[in-house]
Amino acid sequence: MKIFVCIKQVPDTETKIKITPDQNGIDTAGIKWVLNPYDEFAVEEANKLRDANPGSQVWVLSVGPKARVVESLRTALAMGADEAIVVNAENVDNFSTAKALAEVIKAEGGAKVIFSGKLAIDDNASSVSQMLAEFLNVPHTTVVSKFAFNGENVVVERDVEGGAKEVVQMMTPAVVAANKGLNMPRYASLPGIMKAKKKVIKEVEFSSLNIPASDIKVKYSGFTLPAEKPAVKMISGDASAQASELVKLLRDEAKVL
Amino acid sequence: MGKILVFAEQTNGKLKRSSIELLQAAAKSGNTVVAVVFGSHAGDVTAAIGHNGANEVHVVKDAALDAYNPELFTANIAAIVEKVQPSILLASASSTGRDLFPRVAARLNTGIASDCTELNISGDNVTATKPMYSGKCFAKANFENSSVKIVLMRANQLPVAAADTAKSANVVEQAAVKPDLKTLIKEVVKGASEKLDLTEANVIVSGGRGLKEAGNFKMLHDLADVLGATVGASRAVVDAGWVGHGMQVGQTGKTVAPTLYIAVGISGAIQHLAGMSGSKVIVAINNDPNAPIFQKATYGIVGDAFEIVPKLTEEFKKALHH
Ligand SMILES: Cc1cc2nc3c(=O)[nH]c(=O)nc-3n(C[C@@H](O)[C@H](O)[C@H](O)COP(=O)(O)OP(=O)(O)OC[C@H]3O[C@@H](n4cnc5c(N)ncnc54)[C@H](O)[C@@H]3O)c2cc1C
Ligand SMILES: Cc1cc2nc3c(=O)[nH]c(=O)nc-3n(C[C@H](O)[C@H](O)[C@H](O)COP(=O)(O)OP(=O)(O)OC[C@H]3O[C@@H](n4cnc5c(N)ncnc54)[C@H](O)[C@@H]3O)c2cc1C
Repeated sequence: MKIFVCIKQVPDTETKIKITPDQNGIDTAGIKWVLNPYDEFAVEEANKLRDANPGSQVWVLSVGPKARVVESLRTALAMGADEAIVVNAENVDNFSTAKALAEVIKAEGGAKVIFSGKLAIDDNASSVSQMLAEFLNVPHTTVVSKFAFNGENVVVERDVEGGAKEVVQMMTPAVVAANKGLNMPRYASLPGIMKAKKKVIKEVEFSSLNIPASDIKVKYSGFTLPAEKPAVKMISGDASAQASELVKLLRDEAKVL
Repeated sequence: MGKILVFAEQTNGKLKRSSIELLQAAAKSGNTVVAVVFGSHAGDVTAAIGHNGANEVHVVKDAALDAYNPELFTANIAAIVEKVQPSILLASASSTGRDLFPRVAARLNTGIASDCTELNISGDNVTATKPMYSGKCFAKANFENSSVKIVLMRANQLPVAAADTAKSANVVEQAAVKPDLKTLIKEVVKGASEKLDLTEANVIVSGGRGLKEAGNFKMLHDLADVLGATVGASRAVVDAGWVGHGMQVGQTGKTVAPTLYIAVGISGAIQHLAGMSGSKVIVAINNDPNAPIFQKATYGIVGDAFEIVPKLTEEFKKALHH
């Protein structure tokens, strides 16, 4: 069976963010790009599912500027994915990203299970997986920390509020968006890295997918940095004095009690 | 002026604070406010929805909607949107909201801005501001080509005034739409905690590796009980198995926005800050004066958590119960 994994390349968390002079984006010069951390869980779960079902294949798929995004696809290949596709695109929003993912998956003959991450740590939207499922007309579950496949259906566990969990059964094909805790992603092996380097990554131009311009629904502008925080107020004295002073400040100065 | 549809969430017949925030913000904008509420307890909150500014409330009182099912909820929201024809749809970026509304947006061929922290409604237009790159910058989401502009707001971002009991909403009962489903909710396993979820909590007391061992979290629970707070944790202690992952705050845990965040024995690694730096007031308690958490804190105490925390619990008790 065919298993797809949607991956996104994102700036490393340690990256310093600089805003462009027109305030319509961030300056990407000097940014270190990595595979979105949640997507590592997605790739790992896809590999496990493939290994348990002989004859299966894992396809990784990413939408973004080809020149850099292929690096993340190679990371996923080195982790054990079999094939990779890049959709070369710039300045597309989550709606058109999901449309593009759906179009490519359909063109490749569909999939039994489609894995993704629960969210991308840059835009923090957690929307692409659900939109993709809707465009494919298949069920989805997000924030998944347990996955099982019984040959026909998948049964997943989803983390919800207050430490609660939902056990969800879905007919396949289905979209499963991974949370931390789903598995321990394997490291890329040296042979894996060598093999990944030699793989041909299939290229698709976003413009060839016939996605209308009206499928761009949201544009971001007016980027700003957070306001400078006033310097910390350190509280001195022994433990008792510190405790009573803090309570006083929280009540009278910060007014949060 | 147009109509704003607010997705109101309730737990066991109590309207969530995050929904009250949205209703009041919608009412302030001068638009007609229509709320929608699902489930067998839906009828219990219609009065509260009216008191907080809705003109009309659509109630789908069907027990089939007690448990969240993405396909079922998508179909029912889409049906209400078709009836009401709102120009803006507001919902909370709760676990249901975040899962549901992107699918609704795709179904309705419209745009969505998720996880927003500021809301600006002018006429029937809306821009929303959201943190990006783990809160390292903010950006404005502008809608295009969108019939209904869907905005998901983080909890605790909008002011809440006292409810006006003189106001009431016109109640419209709706039958549930029941499409064929490919998703089956087999079981809902309740969480261990009765407390508000971290993402909704107004006060959070969080512990890190400085607490030395799992049993010492009791000290934080005692403090949290006095404050009506929810307890959180750093990844280091989650990975060590002291507490469950549901308690993790940070880049790979939960993003929180409380009024007061008390970090005890947490160094302040960038991945932890990513989840909590949106807190209004941050208190750091750490025995290392050079701990990076102090750079983000509003108030800092250099000292031993095992001495400070019990003293603090006593002081809060005195201050809050007089
Ligand atoms: C140069 C540039 C300009 C941009 N301009 C805009 C803009 O004007 N307006 C706007 O709304 N957005 C813009 N974006 C961001 C937009 O393309 C988002 O990256 C995309 O919508 C994904 O949303 P998200 O990050 O919220 O993903 P989420 O929904 O949080 O991601 C969840 C999961 O979906 C999958 N996924 C997400 N994105 C991709 C992807 N690209 N390829 C494969 N799988 C994916 C992954 O599995 C991921 O874990 C821009 C991005 C770039 C690089
Ligand atoms: C990809 C990635 C994602 C991550 N995601 C997250 C995340 O979501 N959330 C998160 O928290 N971390 C995350 N981390 C881990 C993060 O980098 C740190 O390792 C972690 O936050 C450290 O936890 P800590 O502050 O509890 O422990 P430490 O860094 O060990 O700090 C313990 C602190 O306690 C203080 N202390 C010791 N004894 C006492 C005492 N008696 N009284 C008072 N203070 C004392 C010490 O001075 C020290 O500052 C992530 C890391 C990576 C690489």
